[in-house]
Amino acid sequence: MDAGGTIPEPPAAPDERERPRVGVDEWVARVEERRETHRGLAGVAHRVLRFVPPPARLALFVAVAATLPLWMGRGDLFAYGIFTLLYVLLGLGLNVVVGYAGLLDLGHIAFFGFGAYLYALLSSEQYGIHWPATATVPLVVAATALLGLLLGIPSRRLLGDYLAIVTLFFGQAFVFFVNAANPTVAGKGLTGGPNGIADIDPLSFFGYELASRRQQFYFLLLAVALILTGLHFLSESRTGRAWRALREDPLAAEAMSIPVNRLKLLAFAFGAAIAGFTGCIFASVLTAVTAGNFGIPLLITIYAIVILGGVGSLTGVVIGAVVINMSFQFLAPENPQDNARLLFYSLIILLLVLTIRPLWKLAAVFGGVVVLGAVVERLVEALAPSWTGGVVVEGGRLAGAVGHWVIIPTGHGRFANVAYVSLVAAVLLLTRLHGNARIVALVPTIYLAAVVWETSFVEQPAVARWILFGALLVSLMTVRPQGLLGTPRVEIV
Amino acid sequence: MELPLAFDAQLFIQLTVNGVTLGSLYALIALGYSLVYGILKLLNFAHGDVYMVGAFIGYGVLTALGGPLSLDIALVPLIVLMFLAAMLGSGALGVLIERFAYRPLRDAPRLAPLISALGVSFFLQNSALLLLGAGFRSYDSFLLGSKQPELFVPGPLVDPVFVIHGVNVQTIQVVVVSVTVGLMVALTLFVARTQLGKAMRATAFDREAAAMMGIDVDRVIASTFFIGSVLAGAAGVMFGLLFSQVFHLMGFLAGLKGFTAAVVGGIGSIPGAMLGGLLVGLAESYAAGYVGGRWSDLFVFGILILVLLVRPSGLLGARAINKV
Repeated sequence: MDAGGTIPEPPAAPDERERPRVGVDEWVARVEERRETHRGLAGVAHRVLRFVPPPARLALFVAVAATLPLWMGRGDLFAYGIFTLLYVLLGLGLNVVVGYAGLLDLGHIAFFGFGAYLYALLSSEQYGIHWPATATVPLVVAATALLGLLLGIPSRRLLGDYLAIVTLFFGQAFVFFVNAANPTVAGKGLTGGPNGIADIDPLSFFGYELASRRQQFYFLLLAVALILTGLHFLSESRTGRAWRALREDPLAAEAMSIPVNRLKLLAFAFGAAIAGFTGCIFASVLTAVTAGNFGIPLLITIYAIVILGGVGSLTGVVIGAVVINMSFQFLAPENPQDNARLLFYSLIILLLVLTIRPLWKLAAVFGGVVVLGAVVERLVEALAPSWTGGVVVEGGRLAGAVGHWVIIPTGHGRFANVAYVSLVAAVLLLTRLHGNARIVALVPTIYLAAVVWETSFVEQPAVARWILFGALLVSLMTVRPQGLLGTPRVEIV
Repeated sequence: MELPLAFDAQLFIQLTVNGVTLGSLYALIALGYSLVYGILKLLNFAHGDVYMVGAFIGYGVLTALGGPLSLDIALVPLIVLMFLAAMLGSGALGVLIERFAYRPLRDAPRLAPLISALGVSFFLQNSALLLLGAGFRSYDSFLLGSKQPELFVPGPLVDPVFVIHGVNVQTIQVVVVSVTVGLMVALTLFVARTQLGKAMRATAFDREAAAMMGIDVDRVIASTFFIGSVLAGAAGVMFGLLFSQVFHLMGFLAGLKGFTAAVVGGIGSIPGAMLGGLLVGLAESYAAGYVGGRWSDLFVFGILILVLLVRPSGLLGARAINKV
């Protein structure tokens, strides 16, 4: 014992990181850690976006989009412009239900389909009714909102997954109804069965018809801008805040005297109304609707749009729609293969640039892949010339370079399948490796990916896009479940 | 004496036999959904596609051993082999899916694993499309093992085992129902008697507490996926043997039906899945026979929505109590 009676030093504070942080859930804490490590391009993009206020974002988006018809052909405007905007609208509708209110609605497509079919029935030769859109569109929107309310009423008491189940089956029931059941009304099939309804009138307001692609595009852009503005104010309003409270914890929200049931119904009706409106435009722009338009692939696409951008974020929906539609159109079967190829390789390069630090490792991976390709190609050519005898699908500058780098055997059906399966295995293995082992394993995996692209994906881009899409969803969920711009949701147990 | 509305007993019995066969298939698929949901509270949308892969593995074995019309080995060992290969293959696939698509998301918000499951389902469907093409592949179950396939002499699979009231019950129908019953008895005993089964029940009850009691939760979950996928693989081969044609999209509708069965019976409950499967199979069969084939799917989904609205936790499901 020290006779002097000095106070002993307090024990050293535990490490800052290990200290419990009051009021912060572990999940949130971990996400913040991840965000801090988001340096590089992704971090810059994130900070810039946070710097630009919402009105400026909208103005920027509209200004850029408004120039599209000036330099795009009709086909491109349809594929890139109109479809992107349709996806934006669909994403916005779903975002109200899933993003704001947190209701897992897997039947959202049915509202979209209902709107499209109703518009088609009221303005086509099917029953000889040709109402002007001035009357049809409000009617369809109101009817769809009512349908949303009708689905919402019995679903109020269903929680989480059960809601997802009932809505999923509602969506499927809709598809079966229009496709298979097709009841006979007034002497003919109501929905036209698998053939759907064709020759739908274009939108017409007060005698003014939106016949050209350009007019349709500007009308859509106007609608998107108005709905975006409305939703922005809605999400900042009392209702929007109440929805978010409901999303985070329905029980706590109810305890705070928030009218939970009424808000759920409102969200359903609102989301359905937007979907119904989109359905009208879809039917009028495509001039035909079939049941195949409203299947699970579209549902997943829209979920991907909402999730990619970040659940609950309006900017996120727009970005998600642009990204997803661009990649879809690039991978469309009628698109030149060299475009799809360009997209594929630039995506790989972008991913590498975004994820690999420091720079010398990045350079090593690039160099490694190029050298590996060159060596393997030469080696195989010397040993078994028939293995490199295959032709690169559809030429272009890139194709020429690729042909001397990737092994493409003549008549490569089985080889392509083996390559594909080994690529899947390699990617799975890659996720289990860490540090330098991962960097080393990356080199042959990328080369394998190139081989698979050239031997099988290029021939079936439509299939390839869905495969990549599925893989994207899984990897996005494992890496960043709240999407690119979303705020992390806390699951308190 | 005749009934006032001519009641066709033969049609009724035929529909019942078909319904029971179909129902046992759905019950097997439903069990996979139910087991996984019971333990992870996860709707495994990829389950239907595991079943599709099982059907294709069975087809692969069939072609590797000479093809349906010129078999290299006897019929019985062939079918045993097909079942074994499909069950093991699907089981392994299920474990892989769990490991790479669901395990990283175990503590993520509820939406994340659901979307991941949709992604896996898409991936599997389109991979099958890429690898095998869009055409139907046929098990040729009508001629499978036939002595003279070129003369269209039916094979032993469609031979009637017994006749009820003028309705032939085919060998394959008996095989399907008895294999299903056997698998279900095995599963029930497994869950009730073995140590792993006990661990599964404990994990389903409370994962955290189970982990604290020294149960290797990861292993238990992986085995659950394995067992569920094994059952789906068996169901896939059964589908091939019953209806001959397998294709890359077959998992979707079957998955939905199996899922309906699981939910109607009470998701998370094993006897519920069996009951639900039977109900859905019978409902579909009767609807197809009495109302018309184009309405049968709507009919099944209508039942599901009704059951869910009246009894949200299914017929045999435990009522969920939301504790804070």
